[in-house]
Amino acid sequence: MTVTETLDPLLTAENWKTAGRDVAIATVVETWGSAPRPAGSHLVIDGEGNFEGSVSGGCVEGAVITEALDVIESGQSKMLEFGVADETAWRVGLSCGGRIRVFVERLG
Amino acid sequence: MQLDTLTKLNAARQDRRAAVVVTDLAGGKVEVIVEGETVAGPLGEEVGKALRSGKATTAEVEGKALFLNAHLPPPRIVVIGAVHISQAMAQMAPVAGYDLTIIDPRTAFATEERFHGVELIADWPEDVLKGRPLDAYTALAAVTHDPKIDDFPLSEALKAGCFYVGALGSRKTHAKRVERLKEMGRTDNEIGRIAAPIGLDIGAASPAEIALATLSQIVQAFRRRDLVATR
Repeated sequence: MTVTETLDPLLTAENWKTAGRDVAIATVVETWGSAPRPAGSHLVIDGEGNFEGSVSGGCVEGAVITEALDVIESGQSKMLEFGVADETAWRVGLSCGGRIRVFVERLG
Repeated sequence: MQLDTLTKLNAARQDRRAAVVVTDLAGGKVEVIVEGETVAGPLGEEVGKALRSGKATTAEVEGKALFLNAHLPPPRIVVIGAVHISQAMAQMAPVAGYDLTIIDPRTAFATEERFHGVELIADWPEDVLKGRPLDAYTALAAVTHDPKIDDFPLSEALKAGCFYVGALGSRKTHAKRVERLKEMGRTDNEIGRIAAPIGLDIGAASPAEIALATLSQIVQAFRRRDLVATR
C-alpha cells in the first residue's frame, strides 16, 4: 500500500507540472494556538486557480490561492501570515482564533 | 522547489521511505533528504530529529531560518491469519487510522464473506511478501497458531525491523517458536522483540478483546518508536 493517489497534493503538483501546467505549493510552516491543519500541510495551486489540499479548514484558502497566482507570475516565494479576522492586514482570518504562517513557492 | 526535487520526494513516499524536505525560508532553496542518506553537522541533527518525531518544524541552522517537513510512510498492519481475532481487528484498525492487510493461505478462512471490505490475500505469506516487502513502518501480527503459516512472516518481520511484531500463543507455544526462529537464523535480540503472548495485558478474553489489546499494543509501539530505521 502506498500514498493514496487521489487527494494527495504533492502527487497532484508533480502530475500538473509534468503535464505542463504552472504550479505553486503552499505549506503551513508554523501554527500558534488552535490551528485547523498542522505544520507541514500542503495546498497546491495551478495557474488557473485549480487547487488540491488545504492549509486551514477552508478559512484562508481563497487568499492563499490569490497570492499563489502572484507567486507563479513572479517566481518569488512569499511568506503569508494569518490570524483572527481583524488582527492582521489580511481581509480573511481564522475563526478558530489560531494563527498560521504559510510559505508559498513556485514549482520550478 | 524544483520539479526533480518533488519527484524525488514523491518517489520516496510511494516507496514507503521516510524523507525530510528542508526549505531555506529566506533563499527559497529546497532539498530533499531520504532516510539512509547522511547529512553532516547541525543540519544532520535537525534532520534526525525530524525523522524521529515525524513532525514539521522550523529551525535556525548556521544562521539560516529553515523549515523541515518530515514525510513518514503511513503505518500499516499486516495480519497473518484470517481468524476470528482478525475479523475484529479489520473493523477497528481503519477507525484508528491504520491500513490493514490480512494474509492467510487457507481459503476456508480467507473468504470475502468473512472479511468484507478488507484487503484480504488468500495465499502463502512466502509468496505475498515477495511482492510487498515488510518495512519499519509496518506492524506484523501472526495469529494463525500454525507454525507453517506464522513462522516465515515472523522471521521476515524481525529482519525488516517492523515497528511491531506480535505472535498469538501461550508461553509454552512461544517457547517452541523461539527455538524454531533461532534455527531460522534470528538472534536472541531480534526474537526478544516479539510481543508474546500478544496484546497489552488488559485481561482480554474474547476475540474482539484480544483484537483491541493487540491494536492498542501496536499503537503504543508506533507512538513510542525510535524512527530512524537502520537499513
